[in-house]
Amino acid sequence: MTRIYKHRLFWPLVALAALLLACSIKRPDILGITVLDGHLFGAPIDILRNSAPLLLVALGMTLVIATRGIDLSVGATVAIAGAVALTFIASSDQPGSLGTALGAIFVAVGLCFLLGCFNGLLVAKFGIQPIIATLILMTAGRGMAMLITNGQITTVTSAPFSSLASGFLMGLPVAAIIAYGVYLVVSILVRRTALGMLLESVGINPEASRLAGVKSKTLVFTVYALCGLLAGLAGLIFASNTMAADANNAGLFIELDAILAVVIGGTSLAGGKFNLSGTLIGVLIITTLSLTVTVLGVSPLVTSLFKAIVVIAVTLMMSTRLRTMLAGLRERRRFQEVSA
Amino acid sequence: MSVATATVSGRVTPKLSLDRRYLPVIGTVVVFLLMLLVGGVRYENFLSPAVISNLFINNAHLIVLATGMTFVILTGGIDLSVGAVLALSSVITATLLQAGIPLIIVLPVALLAGSVIGLGMGVMIQYFEVQPFVATLAGMFLARGLCFIFAPQSVPIRDQGFVSLTNWGLTVGRWRLTAAVVIALLVVVGALWVLHRTRFGRTVYAVGGGEQSATLMGLRVARTKVLVYVISGTCASLAGILFAMFSRSGYALTGVGMELDAIAAVVIGGTLLVGGMGFVAGSLVGVMVLGLIQTIITFEGTLSSWWTKIVIGVLLLVFVILQRILSLRRT
Repeated sequence: MTRIYKHRLFWPLVALAALLLACSIKRPDILGITVLDGHLFGAPIDILRNSAPLLLVALGMTLVIATRGIDLSVGATVAIAGAVALTFIASSDQPGSLGTALGAIFVAVGLCFLLGCFNGLLVAKFGIQPIIATLILMTAGRGMAMLITNGQITTVTSAPFSSLASGFLMGLPVAAIIAYGVYLVVSILVRRTALGMLLESVGINPEASRLAGVKSKTLVFTVYALCGLLAGLAGLIFASNTMAADANNAGLFIELDAILAVVIGGTSLAGGKFNLSGTLIGVLIITTLSLTVTVLGVSPLVTSLFKAIVVIAVTLMMSTRLRTMLAGLRERRRFQEVSA
Repeated sequence: MSVATATVSGRVTPKLSLDRRYLPVIGTVVVFLLMLLVGGVRYENFLSPAVISNLFINNAHLIVLATGMTFVILTGGIDLSVGAVLALSSVITATLLQAGIPLIIVLPVALLAGSVIGLGMGVMIQYFEVQPFVATLAGMFLARGLCFIFAPQSVPIRDQGFVSLTNWGLTVGRWRLTAAVVIALLVVVGALWVLHRTRFGRTVYAVGGGEQSATLMGLRVARTKVLVYVISGTCASLAGILFAMFSRSGYALTGVGMELDAIAAVVIGGTLLVGGMGFVAGSLVGVMVLGLIQTIITFEGTLSSWWTKIVIGVLLLVFVILQRILSLRRT
């Protein structure tokens, strides 16, 4: 029992279970899944689909944080991806064709990859602190997205592009398949090869890793580039969901949600050991939280208050100080029982 | 700043040489003056008292935010909650005044809200070893959520005392000073005094320079690290009151992303994010530079407002790379 209690994912899982429980107390049938037209429907499927963009961003963020970095620019990258893709479609001759949609996806993701490379260059090559290096793109990025859409909210109709967010494949939402597919591939890549360990070594001590022959700079550069690319993918799903490129609001605060997801999942911002399964749970907690708030009938504006409570609770429960304090209390009580 | 050099003859001649620490701040001042110059040459009436006065009036709240943020960043921390705390204190001020509670009670309560949130974050950071980024992120969400609990809609302020405080102004020729500007400048002067003339200020620099060494020197590191967040929180809520004076209302969505403006101002002002190096005066100039970008883009007329963000980004990039080169030379 104590081993389960001490597992690093114990408290995040408790938080997730509590949120789901709160939902099902209010509406007992909410966790059911129904089949309609060969597609799966229901709240769990919604959570899977809604969590797709955040999962992609948080995945990149986990790897960046593992190298002791942080990427604040992902929200702006999300906005740029949407702006580029929809402007590309809007300006083409055949907005509805599959070729146009693929072209838009390619251009947008490619540009976001380059933006990620820019961050990587600043951090790995110039040695600028990650928080400041990515703050630059975070500030300038939304302006760039506005520049691309000319300050308007570009809307288009393109069936192939909109299927990114609303389509179904084998009964499952396409967005979820993309995000969870990428998640699986990256997890296998970092955990079944030495890559993950190398990333952790860079995060724990960049200088020592370099002396040990780890190509720290290349690795750091790569994770920022990957983070940009994944944020671009997330931006496409966002844009395809609304089919409108809103440079101001697309992906607003997604960097904060992603960082929260990573932290809730037990990866320390100090770098080093990272935990992809924890990030997945963190993403599910944050996505479920907005569902819970809606189901409970609380104003969605107050969601941030609940986020604060979850973050404070989870980080405090995971802090070693509180754990030793609690353990000390238990010891004392046991001692009193024995002596009594 | 001047170093005495002994010449061969034994005479001591004062030779002016700059302390490296001042270089980033001087860079910021040079950029500020250049921008003033370019603006003055390009546009008529740019270098008028009205424009310069407005620069202060429009950015009084940001000056206070950046001052508080400087304390935190000097210790090597960061405070993401200031934008939300600003909104919270302006909402508290507006709601309480609407409820008919006298000004003399409202203002301390609004101020205290920020101090309490800052204290909570400081304790989380110092005693529970939560990273500053995460703890203040939680503080940001908490303050923003509380705003909506107090007032989901914008609350106008009609209290006589508050309005007369807002209207108070000092006019000398065509120069104008509002109460908010006076308060903001007083905060800067106070911060300068605390940082450079008190034991606490020295400890702030020492903690940023190396926390372990500061502890070994017997400095009160824990107390200092908690206090800087209290200072930042209090500054943020004071900025909220100033913002309420500026807009004569309290609204839960004010100050979204303002923490980034404050951080940008501090960085442009030459303070290093790793801590231990930087000046409040630099942050003041940083705020002025940000305000001036806005002013120039307004004067330009044909440029859309989103250029502001891009220019700030580019400026940040230039400053950060320059700082990097400077610090590389130093080592």
